[in-house]
Amino acid sequence: MSQLSQKHLLGIKNITEKDIELIYETAKTFKDVINRPIKKVPSLRDITIANVFFENSTRTRLSFELAEKRLSADVVNFSSSNSSVKKGETLLDTVNNILAMKVDMVVMRHSSPGAPHFLSKHIDANIVNAGDGTHEHPTQALLDTFSILEKHGTLQGVKVAIIGDILHSRVAISNIFALKKMGAEVMVCGPNTLLPKYISSLGVKVELDVMKALQWCDVANVLRIQLERQQIKYFPSLREYSLYYGINRRMLDQLDKKITIMHPGPINRGVELNSDVADSEHAIILDQVENGVAVRMAVLYLLAGVHN
Amino acid sequence: MQKKLILDTHLLHITVDRLCQQLIEAHGDFSETAILGMQPRGIHLADMIHQKLEEDLKTKIDLGYLDTTFYRDDFRRRDTPVKANATKVPFIIENRNVVLIDDVLFTGRSVRAALDAMIAFGRPKKVELLVLVNRKYSRHLPIEPDFIGKDVTTLESQRVLVELEGGKHNKIWLINKEEK
Repeated sequence: MSQLSQKHLLGIKNITEKDIELIYETAKTFKDVINRPIKKVPSLRDITIANVFFENSTRTRLSFELAEKRLSADVVNFSSSNSSVKKGETLLDTVNNILAMKVDMVVMRHSSPGAPHFLSKHIDANIVNAGDGTHEHPTQALLDTFSILEKHGTLQGVKVAIIGDILHSRVAISNIFALKKMGAEVMVCGPNTLLPKYISSLGVKVELDVMKALQWCDVANVLRIQLERQQIKYFPSLREYSLYYGINRRMLDQLDKKITIMHPGPINRGVELNSDVADSEHAIILDQVENGVAVRMAVLYLLAGVHN
Repeated sequence: MQKKLILDTHLLHITVDRLCQQLIEAHGDFSETAILGMQPRGIHLADMIHQKLEEDLKTKIDLGYLDTTFYRDDFRRRDTPVKANATKVPFIIENRNVVLIDDVLFTGRSVRAALDAMIAFGRPKKVELLVLVNRKYSRHLPIEPDFIGKDVTTLESQRVLVELEGGKHNKIWLINKEEK
């Protein structure tokens, strides 16, 4: 198979294992491309992509923009902070206006869960979900699982603990779907207040003790505390969170095995991860960033090849 | 039209031997020259030629594989996109002679893409093209091979089927596109 089964990438929940495998395979070849002296290929030279970000983002937008430019696409960037959305324009009107300028693909981040799904029902362009509220962040899950695959050679049977703020994390949900589809075992770990009530129904283990989670897992995917998505206090203080759920070198040294540490960034240093872990040989955080560009190149390239 | 055998295993070996002699005449000991096989099927011919040249010259010769998928001009125009293959060019091609190798030359579009892909690794001094089967009168672009295994005159409705993967049972067929 050399074509994705879907025209959009809205989430991991509804894509097939075969689609994910094709994305991995294509990402491998793009990783090779971005490590050459000339990091650019002409594949998408006749395509225009709009990055429509209704929510602040630095690394995801940068990663998408770099992926698009390395595929030779024309890129337009839109952020809601300096746009007509502030004047009361609807999402559909905003995107339709962008599409009237002959845009072929839309990469969208929105604070409302389901916003890209809504858009996909009303417009013709390919849509890539770059994060919708607390719902999904499919390309992050694809790059995370690709990074684990690269490090461990397989996803089958690999034990992954997702540690931290699961409740407010779209990364956690997409990662759970992707890891389960590809045969990994998943555990979530965090304070009770940051674990959604439905979480065990997704077929994951639940653990409140971070040391037990570390002892169980091969990979610890540590999430950032999403302070900007919390209207109320879910724990007494950052210091207390750090004491109970922060990971430091001493904890890793107590384990009888070497585990891989991941983090989608940006890291709250000293809160969820200490610098002696984030900068250690255990961490593959910068590999995740590099793989992010390759995986996003693969997604955009493959979606552009889907015939209507 | 019947399936017609163009080259059998024996004739193929003679053809490869002749191509290698021509290459040695043009490139001497290959100290200034590298070989690049075009993915997916040109790499098998490149492997055969590379092995024969190393045996004859008793020296190491640089061999790479070049994938042209991302450089093609028919992306989004075909019914099914082409699947990407690995590119392996573990040497510098800047200012060197390069012999580009493919199994069949048809429209010339793959070779155009290969030239584009190759430039991403540096600027070669000279590039030559070697093909096993040259389909005459079918070119869309002004591209012609320097070394030819066999010239074949074909119709648009025919295709050349190359079976090189097996090693022992190498055969080149001319078949109608409908036949598989």
